[in-house]
Amino acid sequence: MEITLTAEDIAAGVERLAQAILAKHRGHPIALVGIRSRGDEVAERVLTLLSAEDDWELSFGVLDISLYRDDFEHLRENPLLQESDIGFAVDGAHIILVDDVLFTGRTIRAALDALSDYGRPAKVELAVLIDRGHREMPIQPDFVGITLDTRRLDHVWVSLEGTDGKDQILVIEKPNP
Amino acid sequence: MARKDLLDIASLTRDEIELLLDQSAPFKELFTRSVKKVPALKGKSVLMLFYEPSTRTHSSFEVAAKRLSADVTNFDVAHSSITKGESIRETVETLQAMRTDYIIVRHGRSGLPGMIARQTKASVINAGDGAHAHPTQALLDAFTIKEKFPDPTGKKVLIIGDILHSRVARSTSTILKKLGVHVAYLGPGSLVPKTGPENIRRFTDYREAMAWSPDVVYLLRVQMERQDVQFFPSLREYHRLYGITDARLEEIRQRGLYLMHPGPVNRGVELCDAVMDYERSLINDQVENGIAVRMAVLYWLKPGAELINLK
Repeated sequence: MEITLTAEDIAAGVERLAQAILAKHRGHPIALVGIRSRGDEVAERVLTLLSAEDDWELSFGVLDISLYRDDFEHLRENPLLQESDIGFAVDGAHIILVDDVLFTGRTIRAALDALSDYGRPAKVELAVLIDRGHREMPIQPDFVGITLDTRRLDHVWVSLEGTDGKDQILVIEKPNP
Repeated sequence: MARKDLLDIASLTRDEIELLLDQSAPFKELFTRSVKKVPALKGKSVLMLFYEPSTRTHSSFEVAAKRLSADVTNFDVAHSSITKGESIRETVETLQAMRTDYIIVRHGRSGLPGMIARQTKASVINAGDGAHAHPTQALLDAFTIKEKFPDPTGKKVLIIGDILHSRVARSTSTILKKLGVHVAYLGPGSLVPKTGPENIRRFTDYREAMAWSPDVVYLLRVQMERQDVQFFPSLREYHRLYGITDARLEEIRQRGLYLMHPGPVNRGVELCDAVMDYERSLINDQVENGIAVRMAVLYWLKPGAELINLK
């Protein structure tokens, strides 16, 4: 069985993230940092919504966490790198990490390591478009767009306009072995 | 497809070259951070096996490996059993038993890194073998040129100096031609081989070479230590005929040409002192880019990968 989420569902999820961040932090300087790939696009969309507010200092950055992964031994080829772009001072910043899907938490673990090599943020929070559960690390999101009830082996395929050409989320259920 | 070894440029496809050059940029970006180190190769071991003296290439590889969190060991050739008559084969077996993941080799004999690569599961990187190849130098040169000319197709690079003894000239002209760059050689007739790659122009006169309108002038180091026979009368004569003198530097400045040199520079031979302040000298860029490119190579190779690139 497949579950499909549409462009409208995704837009509503992004809106929910923006509203929650707004409600909690309006007026306080924050930096959104999107995790490549697709987390950067989610972060951009959230930023666009937040930018409608006046007098709010917002920074933006992009993080590639490939070099911080913990599974090199299991890969036939190492993942392709893209440049990170953190154009603001991380020391003392209030950062909201943004990703498309939160699953095991390993990507966020890697992102926290990567971020700490840029400096020492005052605070780091986590915003995800989709929380699909099944954490393998003690990591929880502060802001969630959509909560999906999945099984461990299901595949969650996220497509976003800027990265993949269209907005769509597919959940493909895999039978337990 | 990942490879086990990097032995030369000739056996790389254009796609592989483009990939390595693209992948070098994210590594260079790390150098602007307060912490320049990433954990990608944590727990991996890199063994430096240098049979020829080298300061720059050696330290560049060492910095690259350390910035990837690998452990670096210098196999001190001068004090090893090699001087007691141990064969290369025995040395390699020793290294194999140490279960090192990467071996970085420099040797005066062409083809030796390839021989070691065939005998070990470790990834072998050629850091210069005889007059054969110096692939990471070629990659860093190409990366440096692409930073200035993102699409280098049709650009012209004039390589000046001792082409005959130079693995740099060989590897760098090979990579540039694969990227669609036009290459010409300039040097004394005794140091510019008449045979060799097709479609490389050969000049012996500086003015004729400049009339070819190069975009980049690439000076090779005069390798005093590699010349058993005298190929030109004197260093002063060489500087006068093929070196970048003050007058030539002025012409190069007016034309806006980029200057490159693999280092270390013999001042007053290949280059006059004033070149050090020339705003379009890329010599320091080459040093910085060398680390990024070598990080990309270490990250790309897969130790223990199937032996797919045996030649």
